[in-house]
Amino acid sequence: MLAATIRVTGDIDVAEECVQDAFARALVTWPKSGIPTKTGAWLTTVARRRAIDTLRRQTSQRRAMSNFVEPQESALLSDAELPSVADDRLRLIFTCCHPALSPETQVALSLRLLCGLTTSEVARAFLVSEPTMAARITRGKKKISTSRIPYQVPTAVELPTRVDAVLSAIHLVFTTGHTAPSGSDLVRGDLVERALDLARLLRSLLPDDAEVAGLLALIILTDARRQTRTNSEGSLLLLSEQDRTKWDREAIAAGAVLVREALRSRPPGRFALMAAIAALHAEAPSWEETDWREIVALYDVLLVAWPSPVVALNRAVAVGIVDGPEAGLAALSELSSEDHLLSYNYLASTRADFLRRLGRRDEARLAYQEALELSENEVERAFLASRLSELDS
Amino acid sequence: MSEYLVLIYSDEAAWENADPASAGKMMGKMTDEHRVFGETNGAALRGGNALQPTSSATSLRRDATGKLVVTDGAFAETKEALGGYYLIEAGDLDEAIAVASQVPAPFGGVEVRPIRVFD
Repeated sequence: MLAATIRVTGDIDVAEECVQDAFARALVTWPKSGIPTKTGAWLTTVARRRAIDTLRRQTSQRRAMSNFVEPQESALLSDAELPSVADDRLRLIFTCCHPALSPETQVALSLRLLCGLTTSEVARAFLVSEPTMAARITRGKKKISTSRIPYQVPTAVELPTRVDAVLSAIHLVFTTGHTAPSGSDLVRGDLVERALDLARLLRSLLPDDAEVAGLLALIILTDARRQTRTNSEGSLLLLSEQDRTKWDREAIAAGAVLVREALRSRPPGRFALMAAIAALHAEAPSWEETDWREIVALYDVLLVAWPSPVVALNRAVAVGIVDGPEAGLAALSELSSEDHLLSYNYLASTRADFLRRLGRRDEARLAYQEALELSENEVERAFLASRLSELDS
Repeated sequence: MSEYLVLIYSDEAAWENADPASAGKMMGKMTDEHRVFGETNGAALRGGNALQPTSSATSLRRDATGKLVVTDGAFAETKEALGGYYLIEAGDLDEAIAVASQVPAPFGGVEVRPIRVFD
C-alpha cells in the first residue's frame, strides 16, 4: 500500500501520511458502511486518492504563487493508469537498497518501509536507541529525496549488481538475526522472520533470478536448524552435537529444490553456493557422514566468486576437518594478516579449536581468551568460557 | 531535471612521481579520454574544468576574532585530492551515476553531489 502510494507522491513522507489518513478514514467509515471485502485494495485506493489530492493542491498552489514555476512533471495519474502493486513493491525495494545508501540505512529503510516495522521496533531489532534509529531513517529518506534516488526498477544492464545490493541487505538482516551480535539470546527470531519475508517477497517479484532463489534457499536451510542450536538451558550446541531428527525436514526439502534451481545459472553465484553448502549440511545423516570434501570444493569455488576473508575462514574450518587441525591452522595463518578479521571472534575461536585438537594447550587458552574478549553474544561467551575451563581441567 | 557536480579525485603523487616521458603519455591518453567523454555526454554537460594541483591552492579562513587568515595549501590534506569537476544535468541519481561512471579517473574516483537549489 505504501509502495503504491509513493508511486503517486514521489515522496516517502507524504505517502506515509496518506496511508495513515486512509487507516483513519477506515476507522470512521467501516463501522457505518461495513468492512469492504477487499480491505487492502480499499485502503490502497483511498491512500492513492489522498495522494493525488495532495499533489493537485500543491500544483495549484504553485500556479497561484507564480506563473513562472513549471508544474511538477509527476503526472496526476488515475487509478487505472497506475501500475500494479507488485511493480511498486519492487521499485520500493530498489530504492531502499540503493547502493548510494549505507548498508545500515538500507536495512533500516527496508524494515521500516517494506516490512512495516515501527521505528522503535527497528531500533530494538538492532539494539540502538529509538532517536538514533529515527535519525538514521530520516537521513536515509533525506538522501533519497535530495540526491533523487529514483523510484524505479533498474535497467537490464544495472539489474544484476542492484539485485546483489538488495540480496546483501536481506542477508545482513538474516545474519544479524541468526546469531545476534550481542545480547542474551543466540537467535533473534523476529529478524530471521523479517529476512524470510523479504526474501520471499523478492522471490515472488523476481521468480527467474537464480541468486534470489539462492538467498531464499540459504535462509530456509540455515534456519531449519534453529530449534536445535541451543539446548534446553539455552547453551550453544555445535553442528556435531545437534539433534538432527529435530531439524525442520519440510523446510530442508523446500530449500533443496531452490538450491538446485539456483545452481542452474553458470557460473553459480555466491548465494547459490552458500545455499549448496547449507544443503549438504542439512541433508547429511550425521556430522561424521557429511561430505566435507565436497564442502571444501564448494568453498574453493565460492572464494573465487566472492573473495571474502569470512569465506576463507569457513573454508579453513572445513579443511581442518578433512585434512586435520594442522592443515586447518595452515589455512588460517594465511588469514591472520587480514585487518577485517582482527576483531572477528570466529577467527580466534577457530584457531583455538585447532590448537586444542593438536594438544597445544597454552596457545589454545590464549586464543579462547581472545575470542571471549571479542564476542558480545552471551550464549557464545558461555560456550567459549566452558571450552576454556575444559582446557584447565 | 536536477544538476549534479561530479568531483574528480585523484592521487597527485601518481602524476608527480611519474617520469616526464610516461607522464606526457598519460596526459595525452587522459586528454583523449576526456574528449571522448565530452562528445558522448554533451547533452548532459553543463560545464567542467581541470584544476591545478593542490600545491597551488590557497586557503582562506577567519580566526576567532574574525581576522582573515590566508594559508598555503588545500583544506584537506588527503592522498586523493580534488583535481577537476564536471557540472552535469540528470533526471535522477541513477542517470547521474551513468554519466559519472564514464568520467576518466585512472588515479582515483569521482564523487557525485546534487546541486542545492534554494527556493
